[in-house]
Amino acid sequence: MGKILVVIEHDHGQPKKVALATVSFARQVAARRGDSIEFAVLGSGCAGVAEALTGYGATAVHVADNAALAHPVAAVWAKVVSDLAKAIGATAVAAAATSLGKDGLPRVAVRLAAGMASDVVALVDTKAGIAFRRPMWAGNLLGDVVIDTPVQVISVRASAFDVAAPTGGASPVQAFAASVDAGRAAARFVSFEGTASSRPDLNEATIVVSGGRGLKPERGGFKVIEPLADVLGAAIGASRAAVDDGYAPNDYQIGQTGKVVAPQLYLAIAISGAVQHLAGMKNSKVIVAINTRDDEPIFKVADYGLQGDAFVVVPELVQKLKALRS
Amino acid sequence: MKILVSAKRVSDPNARLHVAADGRWVEGDVEYILNPFCENAIEGALQLAEAHEGTETVVVGIGDEDTARFLRQGALARGIDRALLVNADEAAIDSDLIARIYAAVVAKEEPDIVLLGKQAVDCDSNQVAQLLAEYLGWPQATFASKIEVVGSEVRVTREVDGGLEVLGLTLPCVISADLRLNEPRYASLTGIMKAKKKPLDELELDDLGLGAATPKVRVVAMSTPPGRVAGVMVKDVDELILKLRTEARAI
Ligand SMILES: Cc1cc2nc3c(=O)[nH]c(=O)nc-3n(C[C@H](O)[C@H](O)[C@H](O)COP(=O)(O)OP(=O)(O)OC[C@H]3O[C@@H](n4cnc5c(N)ncnc54)[C@H](O)[C@@H]3O)c2cc1C
Ligand SMILES: Nc1ncnc2c1ncn2[C@@H]1O[C@H](COP(=O)(O)O)[C@@H](O)[C@H]1O
Repeated sequence: MGKILVVIEHDHGQPKKVALATVSFARQVAARRGDSIEFAVLGSGCAGVAEALTGYGATAVHVADNAALAHPVAAVWAKVVSDLAKAIGATAVAAAATSLGKDGLPRVAVRLAAGMASDVVALVDTKAGIAFRRPMWAGNLLGDVVIDTPVQVISVRASAFDVAAPTGGASPVQAFAASVDAGRAAARFVSFEGTASSRPDLNEATIVVSGGRGLKPERGGFKVIEPLADVLGAAIGASRAAVDDGYAPNDYQIGQTGKVVAPQLYLAIAISGAVQHLAGMKNSKVIVAINTRDDEPIFKVADYGLQGDAFVVVPELVQKLKALRS
Repeated sequence: MKILVSAKRVSDPNARLHVAADGRWVEGDVEYILNPFCENAIEGALQLAEAHEGTETVVVGIGDEDTARFLRQGALARGIDRALLVNADEAAIDSDLIARIYAAVVAKEEPDIVLLGKQAVDCDSNQVAQLLAEYLGWPQATFASKIEVVGSEVRVTREVDGGLEVLGLTLPCVISADLRLNEPRYASLTGIMKAKKKPLDELELDDLGLGAATPKVRVVAMSTPPGRVAGVMVKDVDELILKLRTEARAI
């Protein structure tokens, strides 16, 4: 019987949905191996997060509350997580494969002499124990990975797991006195420039409206899809080409090298459907493609395709959806 | 200053791959390319070298003799000073062992900056730079979209969830390149000629003290994910709304 330490990413005092999806992953591992689950919350002034986590079946919620963890660099984050993992004797450490998890978890793995599997989407039972299934080659192939070390580190593709629901009971909250040796890092946080948006987070949204290079600025650019996102309560995403050309901020990028989403509804507007883009959205429940052409690869994954000029079709769609709502 | 960069060979993203008979690797009539993120790393090193006179640039590739082609054409021809090829069977090593190989090369070469790609677009692990930084005990900045040397510090802008983060690193450090770091240049004709005469040294794992090293993770099986079935074309916005409401129940 082992112990799985789940590092919980949080925002505004609440665990992020991606963290609760990671809890679902941990529950699946625990159910197979008879493991127990403990949570780690790192941050500055983050005690409230721990309160919100009681009732999710963790035998303990460890809180490392330290001013130095407000914007931790990877070396510091990894030291705290690995110190905690050692202190509780964790046999597995998991976190969501967000930019934070991707940045820090490999360093945790080295500190625990552990092997690591990235971006895991499912578990597979093998003779050698659990294998971790992960997309490779832009999701065109799946690899089943066995980690041979006593401690295992896993980053979890949150979109592949359900957001965990509370199971009741209480989880004792314990303070973890993290030793934060900032000097060791030799790196310092200088600044963060957030993408201002009142829309839902891409990782959390149930509907995503994405725009591509066809949304030329001279014709109005991404402004054409904003009212559609508003009426649907959707997040906005983008293809890499749209980001490269400056039509949308970098953290809107969906795909192999951007964010991976699997919402209930994904609308791909003026996006051709390159393999790298499909890698980030093809597991969405329902996919709609709107494109001036009718022979683009996006139509091979779309449930509903509409051939038309986005600058004509989208305003019509917005107007009719609004009429329905009122 | 001395900068170490990477050159990894990956299969063309549009290649039709299939799982090999042993179920553990892929084969097919595959064309290879230089990992796009390594192209960004190489370009990043060249730009730093241009801005800071006296900088030496060294490219490292881990793989077989075909990797040498990418060291010459993708790195030396573009202007990197010299190359190191570490002979190893890529199918039998994991990101962790790649990082340990880099750490051993770093011990020999003593660079100030190691600039790698953020991920290899075949296995999509996104681990090596971070693993290496921890093995070395060095600071890191992953997913870099801008690198500047400001005084004694390297300022790196990182593409992270929710926006852009800027870190200040002291040397030596490890950086991983994102796609928007730069536009990789083409090799010039003279660059290609010069590349033929530039040093390309080969190393064996034994030379690095890693002859007996084993990977920590293994791919035990590969499979193809279930494909999506193409849907239908709708004729207009009204039909789209109708289908989304009544058939898909998505809005
Ligand atoms: C290493 C690497 C990683 C990458 N990672 C990613 C990634 O993570 N995500 C990603 O998206 N891409 C990624 N790419 C880029 C990818 O290969 C494609 O270049 C990109 O997805 C294309 O974006 P697009 O569909 O917007 O542009 P295009 O391919 O140019 O398509 C534009 C589309 O808009 C349509 N159109 C034009 N005008 C209109 C109009 N008025 N109304 C409606 N339709 C219109 C056109 O018919 C066309 O289908 C990556 C590439 C590389 C090499
Ligand atoms: N075989 C290799 N040879 C040279 N560099 C490599 C190799 N494998 C990985 N790398 C480097 O490590 C980065 C991240 O790879 P990965 O963590 O495997 O996705 C790549 O972009 C390369 O810079």
